[in-house]
Amino acid sequence: MSQPKELPRWADLGLLPLVSLAAALLLSGGVIALLGESPWQALKLMVDGAFGSQEAVGYSLFYATNFVFTGLAVAVAYHAGLFNIGGEGQAYIGGLGAGLVCLALGSWPFWVVLPAAVVGAAGCGAAWAFLPGWLQARRGSHIVITTIMFNFIASALMTYLLVNVLIKPGQQSPETREFSPNTWMPFAHELLARVGLNFTATPLNLAFVLALVASVFVWVFLWHTRWGYSLRVVGQSPAAAVYAGISPSRLTILAMLLSGALAGGLGLNELMGSQHRILIDFPGGAGFVGIAVALMGRNHPLGIFLAAVLFGALYQGGSQLTFDMPRVNRDMVVVIQGLVILSCGALENLFRQPLTALLGRSAGSDARRA
Amino acid sequence: MKDTPVRPPALELRGIDKRFGAVHANRGVSLSVAAGSVHGLIGENGAGKSTVMNIVYGFHRADAGEIWVNGRRVDIHSPQEAIAAGIGMVHQHFMLVENFTVLENVVLGVEGGRLLAEGLSRARAELEQLGRDYGLEVPLDAVIGSLPVGLQQRVEILKALYRGAAILILDEPTAVLTPQEADQLFRMLDRLRQQGKTVLLVTHKLREIMAITDRVTVMRQGAIVGEVETKSTSPRELAEKMVGRSVLLQVEKGPAKPGRVLLGVRHLEVRDHQGVARVRQVSFEVRAGEIVGIAGVAGNGQSELLEALAGIRLPDRGQILLDGQVLVATRADPRERRARGLAHVPEDRLRVGVVPSFSAQANLILGYQDRPAFNRSGLMNNTAIRTDCERKMAAYDVRPPVPSLRLSAFSGGNQQKLVIAREVDCDPQVLLVGQPTRGVDIGAIEFIHRRLVALRDAGRAVLLVSVELDEILGLADRILVMAGGEITGELSREEATEERIGLLMAGVREAPS
Repeated sequence: MSQPKELPRWADLGLLPLVSLAAALLLSGGVIALLGESPWQALKLMVDGAFGSQEAVGYSLFYATNFVFTGLAVAVAYHAGLFNIGGEGQAYIGGLGAGLVCLALGSWPFWVVLPAAVVGAAGCGAAWAFLPGWLQARRGSHIVITTIMFNFIASALMTYLLVNVLIKPGQQSPETREFSPNTWMPFAHELLARVGLNFTATPLNLAFVLALVASVFVWVFLWHTRWGYSLRVVGQSPAAAVYAGISPSRLTILAMLLSGALAGGLGLNELMGSQHRILIDFPGGAGFVGIAVALMGRNHPLGIFLAAVLFGALYQGGSQLTFDMPRVNRDMVVVIQGLVILSCGALENLFRQPLTALLGRSAGSDARRA
Repeated sequence: MKDTPVRPPALELRGIDKRFGAVHANRGVSLSVAAGSVHGLIGENGAGKSTVMNIVYGFHRADAGEIWVNGRRVDIHSPQEAIAAGIGMVHQHFMLVENFTVLENVVLGVEGGRLLAEGLSRARAELEQLGRDYGLEVPLDAVIGSLPVGLQQRVEILKALYRGAAILILDEPTAVLTPQEADQLFRMLDRLRQQGKTVLLVTHKLREIMAITDRVTVMRQGAIVGEVETKSTSPRELAEKMVGRSVLLQVEKGPAKPGRVLLGVRHLEVRDHQGVARVRQVSFEVRAGEIVGIAGVAGNGQSELLEALAGIRLPDRGQILLDGQVLVATRADPRERRARGLAHVPEDRLRVGVVPSFSAQANLILGYQDRPAFNRSGLMNNTAIRTDCERKMAAYDVRPPVPSLRLSAFSGGNQQKLVIAREVDCDPQVLLVGQPTRGVDIGAIEFIHRRLVALRDAGRAVLLVSVELDEILGLADRILVMAGGEITGELSREEATEERIGLLMAGVREAPS
């Protein structure tokens, strides 16, 4: 009889993340005040650094592109009931795939390189996710454990490859040679210039559009195809899946392949779009930020996009903050990001309960009475 | 009871009111249970019986109202305080530690003394006395897990008495018992009544109300709708009070016209993960135009049999024939069986049969998600899915008829109607049905039963597994009884009586006549 109360949908998707965000900013403000700086000033600097100029917007969206890819990766696995912590490793290996295509097809026109690189990134990312998926499906090895392990393996493998195999001869730093310019992702400012718009030069590039395409694809796949339907059934109720003739182990593997492929998209943005070579640790933690992005975005592509923009802005605005406030260093910015993740992820239920008490209605109470 | 002067009521509720959010679970419930009587509290699922009980036992607090015990007002905030007030509760799902002995279970939490041995020896003497007084003999040193369910229930009652309960609340006590075990329970309750204890029996089964209670209170939609002397009422009158309109307790159906065999089962054997045979050498057939019922106490292999037939579980030996064709039994494939005309209403609706967090329309394609009717060039045809759902909701009287509403927001009866709609509307050759009316209100039960009979009359085969004997007797044309994984007997509807089925359920085979 006791029906748990529920938040209205609009509050769950819109209000709750905002309240969480506000709480995180409040906490961060406290930290900054402790450092002896003005929290209000810091907030202004951050917002300004993230959105105050074309350059700022370009950088924010460039970082957001990475987070869209890794956030989508986490969300697809989540809908199949899997917690994929391995986005970092999958993005790393996916980037290797994209990078190798660029190195190999240096003399080909861009419109040939692009699809090949997409296939390379997605294929390598998927391959790196396949083994944990297979182990979970067939052997019952927990996906959280195996994907974490695969992050370390990916890191070790890439270090080996970059130090011993792929390194540009005659240099110290473990990096490949630069990709030939015809394999580079067109920059946003170049593309906008073609239609006569002026935009400051930033690393923002065509991969941003690819991230949007990937978001739409994930939305269509999950909610408008029978495979997506089957995947969600497995995530919600494996017993019901078996009853419906859906194989949970096959869908587990499928979800991880798709998840890894999406994580691999990070390489398109970071390597083809900005670095133009393969280098050590280029994902830079974006795989993990993807978890927070997916959590905050309620595992829905639209929410993930908005959360990714927020985290992109935090990243960019945070860098600005360290320039302008000497007492706030790089680590403090990480602390602030950590507080946002903590507040949106772990502490979500802290705000959920009072909000529910305030706005909630009993689950389907009207329906029961009918 | 007769020789005592006027005693105040053992338990009295005055104007109990309780809301859970928008749900008004109890509306001014007033109830008086005479000392030394067995009082029935009856109502459909969701009528608010459990809420009343949970308030009396201290799990919930009432928003308004008073509880009086033996003429004194009490405040009950926790089960401990309920026990202190002399109220004991026997839950539907036993609260026993499986690998402890009876004695250890009874003293658990009230061991007394610094050393366990001290308390145990004192408890042993006391329990033996209790056992003699109330006819509740239980082997005190037996491990709970090794005892039959009826004895485990007795341990629960002993636990309450040992804690000094003068008022016993029993929640759906016969759900897990054979008819014979239920009769034993009633004799025990009678003995408790003679010794001056008070029993509140909470149930939705009319049979046990009629069998044992002195008075009965009927609840509907959170409120008391009537209180009568059991002697002066009838099951039909009670059922009408519960539902609020006249109901058919028995489905009207003509004689069966069995045709060719649609489902054949030969020497089927199913083992569980530990290699224990749950279904042993089971053979039977179901013909077109008949309903075959499988009766049995829960946990005697019916669930495993049903799963093996549906293709969810792999049988270890034996054959399954669908319309004369042997099904490949080397891999479990519900999808293939559905394609060949086998539909399945699973026993565990919420865990297996639906996805509670999905909308009604998404649940109506579960298992049929690959059908061309629901797909259009790679994408799901949401318009077709919605239209199909609206049509089925209208045809099966699902309320509210809102395809986008989350399944868990529907009542149990409407959820089951959705499942029945999904599985019956595809016009299967064979329908497997497990516990079709578990957690379903009487109004919906009537509807579901009529649908099953209609399917039979359309020349389809129906295999019905149910632990509700009334349901089997009301629907089945032929009855198979399972005990210990075997079929212990087969009876035609005409031969079947509760007593004969009950003996077969207990595993006592009849001598061949």
